[in-house]
Amino acid sequence: MPATFTRHPVEIERKDTGIGGKPPLDRRPTGGGGDGDNWENRPSGRRGPRELLGRYRLGVLFALAGDLMFFVALVSAFFVRQSAGHFDARENYVSDWHPLAVPPILWINTAILILSSLTMEMARRQLFHEIDVMDEWLGLGRPAVKRAAPWLVATVVLGSLFLAGQWIAWEQLVQQGFYYNSPDPSSHFFYLITGTHGIHLLLGVMALAAALAALFVLRRVELRQIVVDCTAWYWHTMGLFWIFLFALLVFFQ
Amino acid sequence: MRLRLFTTNHRALGILYLFLALAAVTVGTLLSLIMRIHRVWPNLALPFLGVLKPEGYLALVTMHGTLMVFFVLTTAPQIGFANLVLPEQIGARSMAFPRLNAAAFWLTAVALLVLLAAFVVPQGAPISGWTSYPPLSAIAAAGPGQGAGMDLWLASIGIFCFASWLAAVNMLATILGERRAGMSWSHMPMTVWAWLITSILTLLVFSVLLAAIVLLFSDRHFGSSFFVPMGDLVNGHIVGRGDGSPLLWLHLFWFFGHPEVYIAVLPGMGLATSLFANFARRRPVTYRLMAAMLVAIGFLGLLVWGHHMFVSGMNPYAGTGFALTTMAIAVPSTVEVLCWLAMLWGGGLLLRTPMLFALGFLSFFIAGGLTGPLLAQPALDMYLHNTFFVVAHFHLVMAMAGVFSIFAGIYYWYPLITGRMMNETLGKVHFWITLITAYGTFFPMHLSGLAGEPRHYERLSGPATSFPTLLPVERGITHSALLLAGAQLFFLWNVFASARRGRAAEPNPWEATTLEWAPENERGRVERGPYEYEIAMNETNFHPQWERAAKEE
Repeated sequence: MPATFTRHPVEIERKDTGIGGKPPLDRRPTGGGGDGDNWENRPSGRRGPRELLGRYRLGVLFALAGDLMFFVALVSAFFVRQSAGHFDARENYVSDWHPLAVPPILWINTAILILSSLTMEMARRQLFHEIDVMDEWLGLGRPAVKRAAPWLVATVVLGSLFLAGQWIAWEQLVQQGFYYNSPDPSSHFFYLITGTHGIHLLLGVMALAAALAALFVLRRVELRQIVVDCTAWYWHTMGLFWIFLFALLVFFQ
Repeated sequence: MRLRLFTTNHRALGILYLFLALAAVTVGTLLSLIMRIHRVWPNLALPFLGVLKPEGYLALVTMHGTLMVFFVLTTAPQIGFANLVLPEQIGARSMAFPRLNAAAFWLTAVALLVLLAAFVVPQGAPISGWTSYPPLSAIAAAGPGQGAGMDLWLASIGIFCFASWLAAVNMLATILGERRAGMSWSHMPMTVWAWLITSILTLLVFSVLLAAIVLLFSDRHFGSSFFVPMGDLVNGHIVGRGDGSPLLWLHLFWFFGHPEVYIAVLPGMGLATSLFANFARRRPVTYRLMAAMLVAIGFLGLLVWGHHMFVSGMNPYAGTGFALTTMAIAVPSTVEVLCWLAMLWGGGLLLRTPMLFALGFLSFFIAGGLTGPLLAQPALDMYLHNTFFVVAHFHLVMAMAGVFSIFAGIYYWYPLITGRMMNETLGKVHFWITLITAYGTFFPMHLSGLAGEPRHYERLSGPATSFPTLLPVERGITHSALLLAGAQLFFLWNVFASARRGRAAEPNPWEATTLEWAPENERGRVERGPYEYEIAMNETNFHPQWERAAKEE
């Protein structure tokens, strides 16, 4: 057997190394370098620089989970209503559902919304460079704000463009004679789904504008991160919801 | 404790929630008494109201149900009690989002005012029941109160959905993010488990109700046809515009409505576990199983909504599926009950007032729960669904169990809030009268339901021969209900008088182990389970969670 294959004895983990040794392995806290470094063991409010961010992210996550259920309810109503019908005089089961051809401009709107999610993510990532905190601390300006603001402005513009595009889509449908209260249920659903989603995006654009203002107003780096981060997750989720809702309106009529 | 109005202090908000529930329960009880009196003396002219018209009776049914289910049973045991003690129980200083929490309360208060405003608008309160089935609820011309009153109902419940959603987000973020070091899943008191599950349920199902309300509102005002069926005839006019489906509302509503029952009762189950451990001085037989069964009840609760719809014209095959899931939910519920009985086995219980009410909760949970599997059979439900049997079932298992858990919580946490004990004798008098009259009110409804007495009818008249024989039962129920309501004066007197003159409470008056009773400055790591009571009969036969764990070796 060649010498290179000589087996080294593996160091045995001992429960208690005794006086002068390392602290016992079974009592070493997880994460962090040693005693007292695990932020989770501290009282809430003093669990490290990301505690508040984590708390707000958790809140936004749950709020969005509830919101998801709102749209799930609308979508299930869509499918139930689609299959509803009645028996006519000759005992045929007829339905009043006529598929609605969505205005082609929605494809452009969808592309714009996906693009806005990308700019939003760029803005979000600008705020998490560790070196910026040092710059700000040394009084060298606010590099993070300077880098993130243009991306946020771009997101506001793209989000507004999306909303304008949705408005145009409604105008086109109205010109074709489809109103919210046309007798056709697919028409109700189109307006209802795009409308409720539009309201969410309107709130999103307002949140973006508020985040943009907050970037310049808020003095704590942490709070600026929270505002932009939470708005970003909201925005991404609304983008994702739209992709599903759009697929529903286009392919499942 | 001084109560500032626009406070963000969680305990003050908890008290405000309890006062809101008290206001709602007072109105709701008065409405139910008017209903009871009307059923027995239908031609009696009531002060201020005169002789009640049939639609007036339906308005009472609607408002009684809405007030009790939403503003009492959803707010008090869940959000109210959680605000009182949840942060302390998990070792946090406050809720995760105190301002969100306050906003949720004020929105709930606005929702209550909007609902009560339905009494004073032209034509009065809506008549379509707390479930608001379309087409009755979808068309303003369908009856008195279905115009402005129904719109106010929808607005109120819409606001309530949003408020509950905010409160649930706050509670989930608190339970998941703010626990003290060492407060692991297996160290959480059972109440915290229950609030965790009810918050998840709230988040999932109130959003669905909100969507349903948006659809119904759109049907009423924007000319859509989600729920109104083809050719629907109201007062000689055809109002159906398309193939709307009333069943769609039932599905959406009961997807919310059934988990709602568990939102009302699960906190009581958690509290009962804590109180049984505390006053029997025993640990739960199996903590893990009990927590797991709470989760199972919450999960299965999302899958059983169709059992409210067996007679609605739903596909009978779907009914079979829902019957199976409904009977399945009896399994975790039974496990819970057996675990409680195992804790109580052997006696030696300290029968203080909170314990009595917790035992009352258990009694109603069993008595009302036993008729659950009966009603889960579509064939039996066909007969029983529109009778008083169902009224008896849900008033025992949801209303009385829920209310008794609220009483248990108030008697238990009263010293924590006021620093004084409630009067024990008055409490016991209150308990026994309430227990007996609650059974006297709701138990005979099983019998009249089996005899075929229909619910939602304002009076018993018509060709059925059984009705005259039911009248004595009806009269007994009404008298019992009046006594039941009267007995609550003992409680109110006790609450308000004890706040001033009650015996001063020791720091941990019940010798409890959970963290809400910990001394003020105690902020150490949690090293013990929530219910470490020892059977050994010596001086220190319990280990609170704020105590250090004993050294091994």
